Amino acid sequence: MSDLTRRQLLKLGAAGAGATALTPLANPLGFDLRLAKKREMTFRIAGAKEVHSLCPYCAVGCSLIAYTKQDANGKTQLLQIEGDPESPVNEGRLCPKGATAMQLATSSRRVEKPLYRAPGSKDWEPKSWDFMLDKIAANLKASRDNTFVAQDANGNVVNRTEGVAFAGGAAFSSEEGYFATKMMRTLGIVHIEQQARV
Amino acid sequence: MTNHWRDIRHADVILINGANPAEAHPVGFQWFIKAKLDPTKGPGSGGGAKIIHADPRYTRTSALADTYLRIRTGTDVAYFGGLINYVLQNNLYHDEYVKNYTNASFIVKEGFDFTDGLFSGYDKSTRSYNISTWAYETDGDPLAGPAGTTQAKAKRDMTLAHPRSVFQLMKKHYSRYTPEMVSSITGIPAQQFLDVAKIVGEMGRPDKVMTIVYAVGLTHHTTGGQLIRSGALLQLILGNMGRPGGGMNAERGHANIQGNTDHAISWEILPGYLRIPAPGQKTLDQYVAASAAKKSDPNSWNFFGTNYKNFMVSLLKAWYRGAAQPANEFAFDFIPKPAVNSSWMSIYDQALKGKMEGVILNGMTATSIGPDSNQVLQGLAKLKWLVVMDPLPTTSSEFWRAPGLSPADIKTEVFMLPTTHWIEKDGSFVNSGRWSQWKEQVIPPEGDARHDHWIFAELFDRVKTLYRQQGGKFPDPIMAMTLDYADPKKPLLDEIAREINGKDLSTGLQMTSFANLKADGTTTAGDWIYTGSYTPAGNLMKRRSGISDPAKNDPTGMGFYPNWAWSWPLNRRVMYNRASADLAGKPWDPKRPGIQWNGTTWVGDVPDYPATMDPKDPAAWLPFIMNGEGVGRLFSSSMNDGPLPEHYEPVEAPIPNPLHPNQSEDPVAFLYDAAAGRPNRFGKVDKYPYVATSYRLTEHEHYVTQHVPLLVGLQPQAFVEVPEELAAEKGIKNGDRVRVSSERGKLEVAALVTKRLGPVTLAGNVKSYTIGIPIHWGFIGVSAERNPELSKNWLANALTPFVGDANARTPEFKAFLVNIEKIS
Repeated sequence: MSDLTRRQLLKLGAAGAGATALTPLANPLGFDLRLAKKREMTFRIAGAKEVHSLCPYCAVGCSLIAYTKQDANGKTQLLQIEGDPESPVNEGRLCPKGATAMQLATSSRRVEKPLYRAPGSKDWEPKSWDFMLDKIAANLKASRDNTFVAQDANGNVVNRTEGVAFAGGAAFSSEEGYFATKMMRTLGIVHIEQQARV
Repeated sequence: MTNHWRDIRHADVILINGANPAEAHPVGFQWFIKAKLDPTKGPGSGGGAKIIHADPRYTRTSALADTYLRIRTGTDVAYFGGLINYVLQNNLYHDEYVKNYTNASFIVKEGFDFTDGLFSGYDKSTRSYNISTWAYETDGDPLAGPAGTTQAKAKRDMTLAHPRSVFQLMKKHYSRYTPEMVSSITGIPAQQFLDVAKIVGEMGRPDKVMTIVYAVGLTHHTTGGQLIRSGALLQLILGNMGRPGGGMNAERGHANIQGNTDHAISWEILPGYLRIPAPGQKTLDQYVAASAAKKSDPNSWNFFGTNYKNFMVSLLKAWYRGAAQPANEFAFDFIPKPAVNSSWMSIYDQALKGKMEGVILNGMTATSIGPDSNQVLQGLAKLKWLVVMDPLPTTSSEFWRAPGLSPADIKTEVFMLPTTHWIEKDGSFVNSGRWSQWKEQVIPPEGDARHDHWIFAELFDRVKTLYRQQGGKFPDPIMAMTLDYADPKKPLLDEIAREINGKDLSTGLQMTSFANLKADGTTTAGDWIYTGSYTPAGNLMKRRSGISDPAKNDPTGMGFYPNWAWSWPLNRRVMYNRASADLAGKPWDPKRPGIQWNGTTWVGDVPDYPATMDPKDPAAWLPFIMNGEGVGRLFSSSMNDGPLPEHYEPVEAPIPNPLHPNQSEDPVAFLYDAAAGRPNRFGKVDKYPYVATSYRLTEHEHYVTQHVPLLVGLQPQAFVEVPEELAAEKGIKNGDRVRVSSERGKLEVAALVTKRLGPVTLAGNVKSYTIGIPIHWGFIGVSAERNPELSKNWLANALTPFVGDANARTPEFKAFLVNIEKIS
């Protein structure tokens, strides 16, 4: 199959669909792909653990079943993602994005280490989490203290940090978003935004 | 969505504006097709629901629609306005619903006026309205009720004949939206518009129901708020709000954009849509008086307004437990009070002014999102520091080496923190239909990546330590913030979910309903609309009673599946569902009941009404329990740019407004550059003769999928869609490289010459072309790496204007002017 281009595959699919209408088991390749496919899937997820997740892309909220297995080192390996047939939302169906969610999940393009770019620098430097978090915490405190307004010109208590903004989170869990809201407000931050407006 | 995805199959007519669900929400679109293929649905004697798609571009949604209307982008107020006018002029509205379930009968004060494109009270110097005349005439003494939540009774005329009744004002306002005027503004031929109006008009029958579906194609305009309201008004006069198969349904674009809107990652609200307090509000009572809706009828429950203080105090108790006491107004001072709008564009506006020191971008890339990417890049370059939290590189983490920028000149300190993917953690995602669905952790975090909330918690802990060691400005809230987790530096999402739901502090038990929240400090709720999601029975968002056993799991047969996940509020699947039944409690259409009164109790969906309130009781609440009127608002004082929607042209438009050329644009649209004293960067038709609109493709999700090779393979390179006739005029062939430019920037991409876009005729004789711009590309990702030279000018939002909607400050991504030329 890997030698087929996408266009050829689509052609075959179309021919297959046409032929199916006449003789249900006919197939341009001369054998029943469905059986072969089924066997392949059986092997792929045999003995795997079924875990429930959701599609990370749009807000239809398609349920996913992820199949995992422990490898020889005890590390959990993701074997397959498919639509969850039990869901009243998607009834097992997925779109091209959802169907390729596994490639996002197991991307080799991830940022592996925290990266720091000093002012004016042309490059990233890999740094430890401690380095990053300490420095960001110091920046956050300094910017808060620099731009904090306790009372406005009319004498109103406003307790706001004007010079820091937080934007984020249309793709992380609700509970993470809630924690962010609580923490940012507590720091006095008023510029708080997410994807809803844009 | 007022309703939910599966509910769309109940509709007789599906009106789609500013959305392309077949491509942007393909799996949700199955429910549209189910309605279309269902012979019991549809106008007349049925035969299948009719799908009517109004869009500048013929998409796969159009291909599956019964009617496609080529509409000029940004003119849907006129389209909806024309439909409203048709329904009113031909008496096709749902009479009983309009009289009893909307404010059509309310009398508006003397002095309200609308002339030459302006409502009464406009102040040109401040570009804002004094809304004192956008109010009801009231009668007698203030109504009984908690402080700040009541006013005198609004006068009503149930015959709807009073010249100052909302109904008559609305009829007059919309009388200008004739089929000819609609055609002149939108470009939809008048006859085609009338054919659609006839189908839509039939949906005012109680036994018929229509849904309106929209997406960011309606919100991304300077008139975005009023575009949505226009649809809501049409649905109210047709009697379609609150009903299965009806409602106003926003299709949201990101997996958890709904959940994180609910939890107020949004400057103007606190969790559960409580307003952010304003300067000058010294006490909770002052805050409630200024924020909560006011009751204008004795039969209005005004549930939200009446309980506002309970919800706010419970929130403060969740956040600042022991430090929140009656003596200090439950730490009301700990909540920051913004002076001015602090929304998305304001962040970069403040950065350009040198007033923003640091920005944390968490799963959002400002450079690509824009608007006006070049200006945003300048803003980022003026920051002292930028933190990017993302699993993958973004155009913001790499902004300092964007094409054309010199890293040595950019003094911003940049931190890239690798975060975990959704699949590496548990927690809930809330879909467009308000279903909060729990997911499990599937695989452990990759490499050195950390969960977003653990990064926040660590950061918070370190900031707190610094304040403890060094002192600093007002550390009180930081010291007091509740961290009621087994490990405060590594809170579990399960623990946070429990906190969001809230508990009774006297018993320690999880709350079961927000109706039980109190203002005396004995209850907590991190977000009152989620109270009921995690009760003593457990985490209800985990429930999985799905479609394998419909008899058991969908007892009403209406597709509510009440034990699949949990839906806010209180597991209600259709909001405002009291309005799905008539005054006596009988469903408007017995074949499609939402809730009904069985003589002792309301049955069906979770009622949006007291469960045992007899609808025939003279003291029974009006149907819309959440607002002050108790009925749907056709006329509303809650919008900045008018109590009734009006068509205004986009800030960059191909024609002057045919309704009032001297007030062409929205008079309250926020012009950031002008307000900040920066030069005007809006283009005009002489230099930029074509309309442009931006959109998404099936195979990509914003910008993250530039890292997914399979999807990049399906949609490999940046392009724009160019109408065939225009391409012929310009000598542009399919595949040619073209330069699309606006007053703000340029895009250099391939041209896809297409029949999907075509000209419309405006204002009688102006031929107007639209160029289509998918947004997904930039200088980061698989295709940018493969095409380093070509990808230098791939940011679609380099073109878009830095201007905000009058109400929400949403940028006008969907309507602006450009020029196009072939790159030879």
